[in-house]
Amino acid sequence: MRRERIVDVLVVGAGPAGLATAAGLAAAGAGEVEVVDRDQQAGGAARYCAHGGFGRLRLTGPQYAERCVAAAVGAGAVLRTGVTVTGSPDALTLDTTGPRGLERITARAVVLATGARERPRGARLVPGTRPAGVFTTGEVQRAVHGHRQRIGIRAVVVGAEPVSFAALDLLRSAGVEVAALVTEHPHHQAPRGRAAGARLLRGVPLLTDATVTELLGHGRLSGVRLRHRDGRTAHLACDTVVFTGDFVPDHELARHSGVPLDPGTRGPAVDSAFRTAERGVFAVGNVLHAAEPARVVAREGAAASAAVRRYLFDGDWPSASVPLRVTAPLAWIAPNRLTPDEPGDSGDGFTLRITEFVARPTLVITQDGRTLYRARRRRQAIPNRSLRIPGSWAGRVDARGGAVRIALGTGGG
Amino acid sequence: MTPAKSAGRVTRHGTVPDTTYDVTVIGAGVVGAAIARELARRPGLDVALVDASNDVGEGTSKGNTAILHTGFDAVPGSLESRLVREGQRLLTAYATESGIPVEPVGALLVAWDEEQLAALPGLLDKADRNGYDQARIIGPEEVRAREPHLGPGARGALDVPGESIICPWTTTLAYATQAVRAGVDLHLNCRVSQAGRRGGRHELTTSRGTLRTRYLVNAAGLHADTVDRLLGHDDFTVTPRRGQLIVFDKFARGLLTHILLPVPTALGKGVLVAPTVYGNVLLGPTAEDLDDKTATGTSAEGIAALREKGRRVLPELLDEEVTAVYAGLRAATEHDDYRISAHKEQRYVTVGGIRSTGLTASLAIAAHVTELLATTGLDLAEPGDLAPVRMPNLGEAFPRPYQRADLIAADPAYGTVVCHCERVTHGEIRDALASTVPPASPDGLRRRTRARGGRCQGFYCGDAVRQLFERGGNFERGGGSVSG
Repeated sequence: MRRERIVDVLVVGAGPAGLATAAGLAAAGAGEVEVVDRDQQAGGAARYCAHGGFGRLRLTGPQYAERCVAAAVGAGAVLRTGVTVTGSPDALTLDTTGPRGLERITARAVVLATGARERPRGARLVPGTRPAGVFTTGEVQRAVHGHRQRIGIRAVVVGAEPVSFAALDLLRSAGVEVAALVTEHPHHQAPRGRAAGARLLRGVPLLTDATVTELLGHGRLSGVRLRHRDGRTAHLACDTVVFTGDFVPDHELARHSGVPLDPGTRGPAVDSAFRTAERGVFAVGNVLHAAEPARVVAREGAAASAAVRRYLFDGDWPSASVPLRVTAPLAWIAPNRLTPDEPGDSGDGFTLRITEFVARPTLVITQDGRTLYRARRRRQAIPNRSLRIPGSWAGRVDARGGAVRIALGTGGG
Repeated sequence: MTPAKSAGRVTRHGTVPDTTYDVTVIGAGVVGAAIARELARRPGLDVALVDASNDVGEGTSKGNTAILHTGFDAVPGSLESRLVREGQRLLTAYATESGIPVEPVGALLVAWDEEQLAALPGLLDKADRNGYDQARIIGPEEVRAREPHLGPGARGALDVPGESIICPWTTTLAYATQAVRAGVDLHLNCRVSQAGRRGGRHELTTSRGTLRTRYLVNAAGLHADTVDRLLGHDDFTVTPRRGQLIVFDKFARGLLTHILLPVPTALGKGVLVAPTVYGNVLLGPTAEDLDDKTATGTSAEGIAALREKGRRVLPELLDEEVTAVYAGLRAATEHDDYRISAHKEQRYVTVGGIRSTGLTASLAIAAHVTELLATTGLDLAEPGDLAPVRMPNLGEAFPRPYQRADLIAADPAYGTVVCHCERVTHGEIRDALASTVPPASPDGLRRRTRARGGRCQGFYCGDAVRQLFERGGNFERGGGSVSG
């Protein structure tokens, strides 16, 4: 039998975004605010990031996670871990499984904060055999920090974005030699100092314009084959390969709830108030934009809590919103819908992602041929790194107009 | 019931026992395990099942399309046709009894052009000659109505309602479990490298010492020709035929209801799109004749070709995430039919050339091989009934432990989800590790529980599952933290 319960707000996911939303709601007296998480401990992926740099105080990941948990619980939110949401008979009702049995929880508002994961080898369609020793950064982080497991002897890291360098540090701290970083891009995508440190201080080569074309070995990985853009091939001996980055929103629950996704982010489509297309269902954090740093998603959580509170108190839900569409080489924008004519809702700005390096790009936002925003960036746009744009133009969007288009233009602005 | 006999041993290292078995079966795939199980039904036989790898079903049996065939498209009059037909009936009943997930989804052979459409009556006739009378030809409107996500251009289809999907891992494991419980010794990591005879007995040189046996069955799959040559026969050559497959995310499962087969051509059965009992969608296989029996890798060309075919059949499939890409090798030979033969003077039976239908036919092959053993002089008692096995359910069409309040109330470990993508609980992992034929690797554990086999491929649970595996069967009942 399923126990049936009713709460005011159910937040799914106890990472920095979900916890910040819950903390904000509980502190504002939004009634019974419950957070469920399938992991045994709350805090999200930050718990496994031993490196510093989290939040304003530059805490380590576990310290930061602990603060997020303390803030939510301190504000009065109920936190339940080891509880997995297994289905959604309707958007505001969720079925759960935990050691204490099955439940069906109905809420006045549901906040999806289910986060993101890295695409594993299969999803990246990397050919070859299926030996042991193939990981994502997330798995290595948990294995090393959660269980102190032995990873391997010599690794190849696929990717050269900030998370790839975090994987490099992690592997080295676990006693694994890193043979190389491999990226299909012409440059790494990390801060200059970070990359130089890896190359110069630690002697880890960075192979650019190169793709892993095959995994080799039976039982245990014995090496990887690479192909350079110019056709040259190479073989790297290693017993471990870590596929880094290529984050994808964990949208399972969103899809089960019938929440429409944005075709670019693959996360729930939301407006600047984190409202999905399903009445009463909000989404926040990296399920919207895989993946942004913890401080960004925590700030979103605070903003989302204000939006959820407004909904709980006045029940208002927009009847229509205008979609935002990007043009290549832009990959996506989040939030990706706009609800015009709403007081004070230009939000906290927008996050964009690009698929190739572009020096000083000009961003142009139009609706039905009308230019809403045009600005030249002072810096190079880098794949796998965010571009942020303000939300100042959002007030000029016509609620009855067509899709808002975001593209790269030419010239200054 | 067979008179109570103590359970057999499952060994993975050390020297093989210094006894003489009555029958030894080489190859613990689905066919070898079925044969060992059938022999276990005959009272008074000492039986060994040996395999070169560290687990049962590690070869062709683990990487196939997981279909329980009707045999409608076999070569009429062939041994394969008969054994598939009988095997389908036997395995369907066995699956119900032992909890092997089967879903009778039915198949549609979709014709995409005039030529293929024209081939359907011939296939219908062939089905008839194979003793299958449920097939019928349906028009494009009915095809569209039954599979609305199909790509444009379907001209009609042969409807084969009897085709089902099945869990190949549980099937092999159920046979092996039941055999071992009934007294069969299972020796793994036990590669046979030489075969000799002394005093009317076979003496097999294995990687774990000499194994003596009065009768011998070769069910070595891809290596059946090699083993056959050790015994002095040169009747067939196994040419490994690689089949690459793509497993799509569970969100693709809603795109189809049937197994979607192409109309076969001279080149083979072609690429299918099929649901799996685990709730995924399978696209494949390719058919590439190789000469390397270890070439189980996938290739960029293979993956690209499959995606191209899948896009035509089910365009929306390509929008879904891929969960895994894998390759299996079929034991193809230069002959059209199974190569099952008795060598009376040697007290030896060869079971070769068992291809994609081997899973379906396994129980019928086992019965047939047992009869052949009798013709070589093996004294067989009347078959008894084995103690039934009840396998853990891996199928989505039946309640899984995470959905069962009764199980969780009795044991909270069934409410502690470890692998979130596949909803595998701590209780199931614990049970698998303590089972009759325990896994030898995290991959073996995956085939017994689905743990770590989902869309994240271990991003969340890989470390926890590995930790549980390394702890082995040493659990306290009642669950507890899995990430402490």
